[in-house]
Amino acid sequence: MQPTGSAAEYWKANLRLLGILMAIWFAVSYVFGIMLVDVLNKIHLGGYPLGFWFAQQGSIYTFVILIFVYARQMNKLDLKFDVHED
Amino acid sequence: MMELQTLTYFVVGATFALYIGIAIWARASTTGEFYVAGKGIHPVANGMATAADWMSAASFISMAGLIAFKGYDASVYLMGWTGGYVLLAMFLAPYLRKFGKFTVPEFIGERYYSQTARIVAVICLIVASITYVIGQMKGVGVAFGRFLEVDFEIGVMVGMTIVFIYAVLGGMKGITYTQIAQYCVLIFAYTVPAIFISFQLTGVPIPQLGLGSTINDGSGLSMLAKLDQVLVEIGFAEYTAMKGTSLNMILLTLSLMIGTAGLPHVIVRFFTVPKVKDARASAGWALVFIAILYTTAPAVGAMAIYNLIKTVQPGDVGAPTANLKYDERPDWFKNWEKTGLLKYQDKNGDGRIQYYNDKNKAFAAKAEASGWKGNEMVKVDRDIMVLANPEIAKLPNWVIALVAAGGLAAALSTAAGLLLAISSSISHDLLKGVFRPDISEKQELAAGRIAMGGAILVAGYFGMNPPGFAAQVVALAFGLAASSLFPALMMGIFNKRINNTAAVAGMLSGLGTTLVYIFVFKGWLFIPGTNNLPNTPDNWLFGIQPESFGAVGALINFTVAFVVSRVTAPPPEHIQHLVEDIRIPRGAGGASGH
Repeated sequence: MQPTGSAAEYWKANLRLLGILMAIWFAVSYVFGIMLVDVLNKIHLGGYPLGFWFAQQGSIYTFVILIFVYARQMNKLDLKFDVHED
Repeated sequence: MMELQTLTYFVVGATFALYIGIAIWARASTTGEFYVAGKGIHPVANGMATAADWMSAASFISMAGLIAFKGYDASVYLMGWTGGYVLLAMFLAPYLRKFGKFTVPEFIGERYYSQTARIVAVICLIVASITYVIGQMKGVGVAFGRFLEVDFEIGVMVGMTIVFIYAVLGGMKGITYTQIAQYCVLIFAYTVPAIFISFQLTGVPIPQLGLGSTINDGSGLSMLAKLDQVLVEIGFAEYTAMKGTSLNMILLTLSLMIGTAGLPHVIVRFFTVPKVKDARASAGWALVFIAILYTTAPAVGAMAIYNLIKTVQPGDVGAPTANLKYDERPDWFKNWEKTGLLKYQDKNGDGRIQYYNDKNKAFAAKAEASGWKGNEMVKVDRDIMVLANPEIAKLPNWVIALVAAGGLAAALSTAAGLLLAISSSISHDLLKGVFRPDISEKQELAAGRIAMGGAILVAGYFGMNPPGFAAQVVALAFGLAASSLFPALMMGIFNKRINNTAAVAGMLSGLGTTLVYIFVFKGWLFIPGTNNLPNTPDNWLFGIQPESFGAVGALINFTVAFVVSRVTAPPPEHIQHLVEDIRIPRGAGGASGH
């Protein structure tokens, strides 16, 4: 059985948001930090080779931002689909 | 100025008095408080406690040491142990908070309407958590060994005793407030020496920026470029270059991330916040507090190895008087020799210390020309680097004492959280939930405390005979959590079609394959000498190291569960309703036991 109306749409909107955020999560760590590290290391950010910076600094900052963006967007969705607490 | 030894006793003693005081003040009296600390914990406070719970001896003592010796390749630990919070925040935390129970096996038991699933979850939880505690015990042993100036084994025993007293007293409520205090101690202890050292070497007091700045030795090079150069001069690979394979780095990062999101002692943290909304934010705050340490660690590691090399090799490589005389070695060197974790052997009989990569064939000619007959720092346990770092950099004694207190805070806070997860899974899930539902609250608490004692003994034994460095042992624990618990939890929320048989089959196959793969290379039950194959890259399946296998185990878990669910009946309707209900925040009550 499938849920009807707003609950189903709420879940869909949630999954869409997850998809976008997970793509960024994957890009900053696996792609920039590991797969493309040699290419990016040719560029420098101050004294940091860029790929190395993503692996040891940049990915972590991005993760923090991702979670807060997620929390904010989900709180908005909760209200929009009227599934928020109290 | 006070003696270092006395000062260390004083600082460590004062912080311990603080923790124990808080633990007594906030003592748990009901089972509810023992497991989840009531509902009144603010997301920021919960985030801070989660960070302390999370950052263990592996993060505090061991990680920067691994970074120091592995350079870029250690990025897996940095990304893996932070990126997991993204998964936790988006895939588990809000939904498990909505579900509102005490333990992870409890969720699995109800979602998969099966006592078998609950028992399998308990087994997965215990295996992963015990492995994790072993890593903590190793770290505790290193810290106590150094600061009491005793053997590493005695250090482990002292640590076991303290963890026992402390965890048995507290329960979750005591632990939450204590952990907030511990976070403050550990982050202060970690960042203060980093700031000093960064300032000494680069003139920039912020370590995150210092690592990317110019080193002030007049060379005009950046800190990292200089380090690359210094390492290459003594035969090592460049610091910023990849030494392993991309595949292992990707898989290990993935294992650590999934494992982070699957570790029960972290997940239960999100049962303690008042609302679903708070569970989301709480994961973010936890990561903020964790990131402060994790973005500092790369600077600590890089600057520690630079200072270490410059201490033993102050002059130009090859010059006859460029190496430090053994008789003139600094005090920290002597003190670490006492623990047995640092060893020197004068191979060429010149009374000086040569530290270089004697496995590098291309460098052999140069070494021979200089009269070097092999690397003379025959043992440098990586786990000593963070603790030795302030001494190597000649920082004041109070900073050194502070680091000791911080390392112990990190190890103890995590060990306590893990022991609580183990004991609650045995007393609450196995005893109360499955085998003896009629026991009283009091008996349940007593059983939990006995289970804790048992777990400490097992962990202590393996802590003395560890299968690796603290951070590597911990990495194994993550592999186990990744391959067993995370997939079952995530599918329980995101796929309504997964039924009891599928979940059990998935967990068992994920955990089983990962355990076997680890034991084949690391020894059965980690007992040295019982491994079937030498732990070297040419024996590994597709070149995958045991630490990285958790990601493969998780994939096996997902696949098996998915396939089995397609060929068996869908879960009953009330379970499908349950899943739909977990997915929306409205109607979340407090955490309840039954």
